[in-house]
Amino acid sequence: MTKVSLIILILALMLGIAAPAGADMACEDPLGCVEVPPGDPVAVGAMLVVSGAVNYLGEDTLGGVELALLDREYTLLNHEIELVLEDSLCTAEGGQTAAQRLAADPTIVGAIGTNCSSAAQGAIPIISESGLLMIAPSNTSPSLTNADIVGGGSHLPGYFRTSQNGLIEGMRTAEFAKHVLKAETLATIHDGDPYTAGLSQAVANTFAELAGGVIFQGAVNKGDTDMSSILTELAVHQPDVIYVPLFEPEANFFAAQMAYIAGLEDTIIIGGAASFSSGFPENTGEAAIGIYVSGPLVSGDAYDRLLAQWLDEYGSDPPSGYHAHAYDATNLLLNAVEAVALVDEDGSLLIGRQAMRDAIAATQDYPGLTGRLTCREDSPFAGDCSPGTALAMFQITAAEVYDDHWPPPVVWNFATDSFEDAGPARA
Amino acid sequence: MFRNKSGEFSWVDFTIDVLRVLIVLAVVVGAWNTLSSGRISLAQWVNLLAAGLSQGSIYALIALGYTLVYGILLMINFAHGEVFMAGAFSAFFLAEALNRTGFLNEQPLLSILLMFMFAGLISMTVAVLVERIAYRPLRGSPRLVPLITAIGASFFLQYAFRGLYGSNFKAYPQVRALQGAVQIGDISIPVAQIFVFCSALVLMFGLHWLVERTRIGKAMRAVSENKEVARLMGIDIDWVILFTFGVGGFLAGAAGVINGLFRPQGVNFYMGFIPGIKAFTAAVLGGIGNIPGAMLGGLFLGVIEAIGPNLVLAGLGIPGANQLKDVIAFTMLVLVLIFRPQGILGERLSETKA
Repeated sequence: MTKVSLIILILALMLGIAAPAGADMACEDPLGCVEVPPGDPVAVGAMLVVSGAVNYLGEDTLGGVELALLDREYTLLNHEIELVLEDSLCTAEGGQTAAQRLAADPTIVGAIGTNCSSAAQGAIPIISESGLLMIAPSNTSPSLTNADIVGGGSHLPGYFRTSQNGLIEGMRTAEFAKHVLKAETLATIHDGDPYTAGLSQAVANTFAELAGGVIFQGAVNKGDTDMSSILTELAVHQPDVIYVPLFEPEANFFAAQMAYIAGLEDTIIIGGAASFSSGFPENTGEAAIGIYVSGPLVSGDAYDRLLAQWLDEYGSDPPSGYHAHAYDATNLLLNAVEAVALVDEDGSLLIGRQAMRDAIAATQDYPGLTGRLTCREDSPFAGDCSPGTALAMFQITAAEVYDDHWPPPVVWNFATDSFEDAGPARA
Repeated sequence: MFRNKSGEFSWVDFTIDVLRVLIVLAVVVGAWNTLSSGRISLAQWVNLLAAGLSQGSIYALIALGYTLVYGILLMINFAHGEVFMAGAFSAFFLAEALNRTGFLNEQPLLSILLMFMFAGLISMTVAVLVERIAYRPLRGSPRLVPLITAIGASFFLQYAFRGLYGSNFKAYPQVRALQGAVQIGDISIPVAQIFVFCSALVLMFGLHWLVERTRIGKAMRAVSENKEVARLMGIDIDWVILFTFGVGGFLAGAAGVINGLFRPQGVNFYMGFIPGIKAFTAAVLGGIGNIPGAMLGGLFLGVIEAIGPNLVLAGLGIPGANQLKDVIAFTMLVLVLIFRPQGILGERLSETKA
């Protein structure tokens, strides 16, 4: 062997040793690939509310994510699963920051989150642009799955959710108000957040279609504590039902102060899923008794097993109702990794980003805890994977206010109860 | 008209005068439209007024802290909203404990007094510590330096209390004695609102007595007037400043308890920010540095916030009027400052003091 040949051989050997894992597999994905060398973990992102007023939502969904990972013993394709958690708060800025941090990490295969629709609005452009994908377990704003950007939509490729679309929640709530509560007039209040504004509009639209009178549509500010002004305005209109999908603490202030306003004694409040937490009746006090709240309702043997597992793991009941949606979202993500990852002989993985999006978009009739999930691509439901059936109307009783009981009793299950059978008003 | 001091036409004066006329016109037209429509009954107006006075009483108590400190140091203590939060948040735990034992509803007056004292002491301690640690070393520095420090202290306090008590919202327990309403004909005024207004009045009169009738009050006034002369007269300036911070802190703590009893929900580490800003506005509105001005400014702001959207904005046909209540409150501030830059009860300050 000549001296030159020897040098070439040594160089070739060195290059061979230094070559990255998976070099045998070429990435042909148009959005690029996540490379997972042998022994490295598969990184799953989570953008959830860790701090702030609605951190119970983050706690609830994080539990769902962790239990899904625990089911797989934190292992995927012989790699450990690492959960990278970012606090998305409940604001567009929070979502933007969390998304930027995940997008900057090339090892993330996809993210679960956000909790709040406002945070999703901040996160979607960054996640979409970076080639990542996100599956939201508790976003419900209709605009998030509406691809008509000029017309107010904010859907971009890479966004999916397992929570129900607010259009469906709004439609069902309006039907409940009209057919079950026999309401003739409705008022809606939002706080400018895409979630509350979208839901309020969806309820108002359906109620009007059902020949009900939408007599007032108003708004308060986030941070308002004095609701006397808007309540007086409502007392002037005296609606049968006020739809108030506000978050805490504005929802608490609204409900508590309504008790002092003359003219609203017979008016019924319906809250949205933002008030579906054990903290709402506890912090509102007596005024919360009788309030209707729409929220997720999941049932079945598999769900009961999840609840038992939750109790074992965390020692208390889930604080809200979206843990099952988070569980489903995590499984969709991990299943997609399993479906698209190229596994090298040494165990390294090559995961195409577009392939991940395509795999989730192709989900058909997946048997999740929240129903059979099928991801849609047609706007205004682009990215919606929820069947929209895991939804019910609850009514808060004294037990939720004084005895730490949660969740409240179901008064209407939208999956099983028929409006045709609705009797006289239940209020 | 529209001429400056040298007698030349001034576009600035012209614009300000046009603005004055437009704002006054908008207020008059809006109010006229609303009142003539008869949409809102007299009882509802009285309810709004009572709610506004109650909210205004809380603003006034916090505003007193701003005005006391400004009067004596000519600085805006932007951490004062957090001093309010410190008392309110801490007293929540005492209220919870009293409620669990049943003492809160068996002895409501004593319980409320205990809560006042506890919150007042906590807030007083926080205010005094902020003065001693953050402001005193900067005394004599350019005025922007303590201002920026105050903003820093505000954030520090918020996150310190978040670390101490967590970020979840909490709610004061409801005191049975404050439930219900006093009925006068068609008008029904909640007992809680009467309690808020009366306790704020007592505290305000207490402060007035302290400042006008006691030795330390005389020292505070002397320091406020001229620190160097006061020092020559044998007054311990540092002690008087510390005492002033303490008094402002005590009032803020008491305001925190009043706020918690009036609006039990929404107790968290961030709860002082917006009331702090509003109270600062109230202090400016009334004439910063002037104690009766701060009281009046607070009450005025509370009432304007409660009544303004329905009286003016709804009358002008502006949609989402209730979401714009801050706009109307701050527009009133602009209006007052245009017509009377020193505030409602403020005096024109000399060049050295301004």
